Amino acid sequence: MTISNNAGALTSDSEPSIKIAPAGTSLPDKPVVVIEPRAWLALDLQELWAYRELLYFLMWRDVKVRYKQTALGVVWVVLQPLLMMLVFTFLFGRVAGIKSDGLPYSLFAYTGLLMWTFFSSAVNAAGNSLVNSAALITKVYFPRMLVPAAAVGATLVDFAVAFIPLAIMMVFWKVRFTSNLLLLPIFIIIVVVLALGVGMWMAALNVKYRDIRLALPFLLQLWFFASPIIYPLSLFEGKVRWLLGLNPMAGIIEGFRVSLYGHKPFDWSTIAFAGVVAIIFLVYATYNFRRAERRFADLV
Amino acid sequence: MTPIIKVKGLGKQYRVGARRQQFPTLRDSLARVVRKPLDILRANGHSEMFWALRDVEFEVAPGEVIGVIGRNGAGKSTLLKILSRITEPTTGRAELYGRVASLLEVGTGFHPELTGRENVFLNGAILGMRNAEINRKFDEIVSFAEIERFIDTPVKRYSSGMYVRLAFAVAAHLEPEILIVDEVLAVGDGQFQKKCLGKMNEVAKGGRTVLFVSHNMRAVVQLCSKCIWINEGQVKSRGPANEVVVDYLSSVQPQKMDGLITREMHYHDKLEELSFARIELLDEDSNPTVVNYFGDPLRFRVEFEVLRPLEQVRLGLVINKFDETVVCAVQHTDAALDLLDLQPGSYVAQIQVDVPLIPGPYYITLFAKPDGGYWTSGERSLDYIAHALAFNIEEVSAEGGAVLPTNALIHPVSRWTVEGKSNS
Repeated sequence: MTISNNAGALTSDSEPSIKIAPAGTSLPDKPVVVIEPRAWLALDLQELWAYRELLYFLMWRDVKVRYKQTALGVVWVVLQPLLMMLVFTFLFGRVAGIKSDGLPYSLFAYTGLLMWTFFSSAVNAAGNSLVNSAALITKVYFPRMLVPAAAVGATLVDFAVAFIPLAIMMVFWKVRFTSNLLLLPIFIIIVVVLALGVGMWMAALNVKYRDIRLALPFLLQLWFFASPIIYPLSLFEGKVRWLLGLNPMAGIIEGFRVSLYGHKPFDWSTIAFAGVVAIIFLVYATYNFRRAERRFADLV
Repeated sequence: MTPIIKVKGLGKQYRVGARRQQFPTLRDSLARVVRKPLDILRANGHSEMFWALRDVEFEVAPGEVIGVIGRNGAGKSTLLKILSRITEPTTGRAELYGRVASLLEVGTGFHPELTGRENVFLNGAILGMRNAEINRKFDEIVSFAEIERFIDTPVKRYSSGMYVRLAFAVAAHLEPEILIVDEVLAVGDGQFQKKCLGKMNEVAKGGRTVLFVSHNMRAVVQLCSKCIWINEGQVKSRGPANEVVVDYLSSVQPQKMDGLITREMHYHDKLEELSFARIELLDEDSNPTVVNYFGDPLRFRVEFEVLRPLEQVRLGLVINKFDETVVCAVQHTDAALDLLDLQPGSYVAQIQVDVPLIPGPYYITLFAKPDGGYWTSGERSLDYIAHALAFNIEEVSAEGGAVLPTNALIHPVSRWTVEGKSNS
């Protein structure tokens, strides 16, 4: 009498079996993954590309989740800059009588607010993204950069939606496009680069210092007033104007308006400066992020 | 065969302070800068550092299923986190010759507001599946999880069982060359756990390399061919899963082996009625032993004290396999004895159980129940000792050529007749 030794005879209830390549057929000569302590990690663009679908899913999740169970849903995206526009139009346009480069003040303000709202939401979302994704970061590996990048990407969707009222207002004010419009994408690219740079930098800092979470809204508030959103740069002259031009958002917002309305010539020096600053920020933030990345899971 | 995983001198050091203090603030950092000169004067910062893992070395051949066992906090999870690239080692190096997917938690990245369908795609992407791959396996995943009807319901409305089923289903359909799994079988109801185990088994048999952390020793033994035991951040031993698990289990409760019942082993804090003092497994010469041979009757000697007059007492013991499976529960009334009326004093019970246990480690749970009760739990007991004694059943040279099934509990004597007529 014999009983066959059917070790581990557990079988799942007639599940279709998994098809895989036979094991051990051929191992690669070089390790696919090497894990060792490193001072900092080089930017691995190939890996980022391999994970592009995850970037899409993270963005999609952010967009989808943000407006679930909200009564007004995506209307919120439009409501915030619109209401602020109304307040500023009353306070600065009417009461204070701030000049707006010859544009209707409400249109002038909304255009600035549109750009600014994107920038500040993106920086804020990216800055908090890593800390908010702690559960993910401590449990699964993927390029961490996708987290702040997805936060910026998701805000970009809001940005696009917020263009709708602008289009309506432009029809209302009978704005006629000029060839300047062709340069519009440049300003959007610069602001995305800048938001990504600042956002990633803040995100990495936030993992280590939770002060960032508290300080960020306040810093953005200050930055708001330092940017030509509710006033034109032309309001100032001399040193003050030069100083305000050091803010990359100045070149972006002013250039954005000019590309839409062509109401004055482009100020190429502030625009170029903004572009250079945005790139420097992104490069530094990437380097800093890759350095800090190794310890995220331990700290977050 | 060339290994698919090579680990050399792997170590991970944590700053103890940084672990305890969840959120270092800028202020603390500035304060540290100010204090730093003092720190340097204080010779070394070693007292603040803690090695969660140290000098870990091992190799895994392709297709091997390796169990990683050890106590909580021994460093198992740190090891898996390093191998899954979630955290970086402080020292050493690991080389992985294949695509890695890790499953350190069931349902990582599940979002309660999203529907089951949406979460399958999101979770799949997070675990490293391609969109096309998820699309292809979607129906299979949903049917494995048995939640077809609720696939478009937000998962926040799922029962915890449904949630776990869906989450595991996604993970179970991963197809990496190396799979790293941490304690995912600890969730879900018994039936689904069985199904998960089956799936894991299938994965293991499919030739994939698996690193599997679990506290479920039965799962480890069933799934894994080899085992690594991690203790205090170091590899304590490694080898065939069965052997390492037995070593590990006997180290976890070393007091079990001598049968002496110590204070902390009692279920109740205060014992005023009856107290077990000692249990011994006896060999054929009535000497205490911790090893018995397959097929021999099990003979136990139990000493207990009665502290006040008791009526209608029922004594019993449970034989558990080391993974807590109950093999059987026997009571003195099985032997056609009446319930016991006992006066204060010292007593000895002699028990013989004829059960042909399959070779392996077992332990005994002892209980005494009042008023004729027979529940084999600590509640409403006079005394209850969960791990009273551990012992091993050893295989003897198989007479008659019997091959013992390793995944059974007992191997009873069976009597057969086979009859028939030859056609020729």
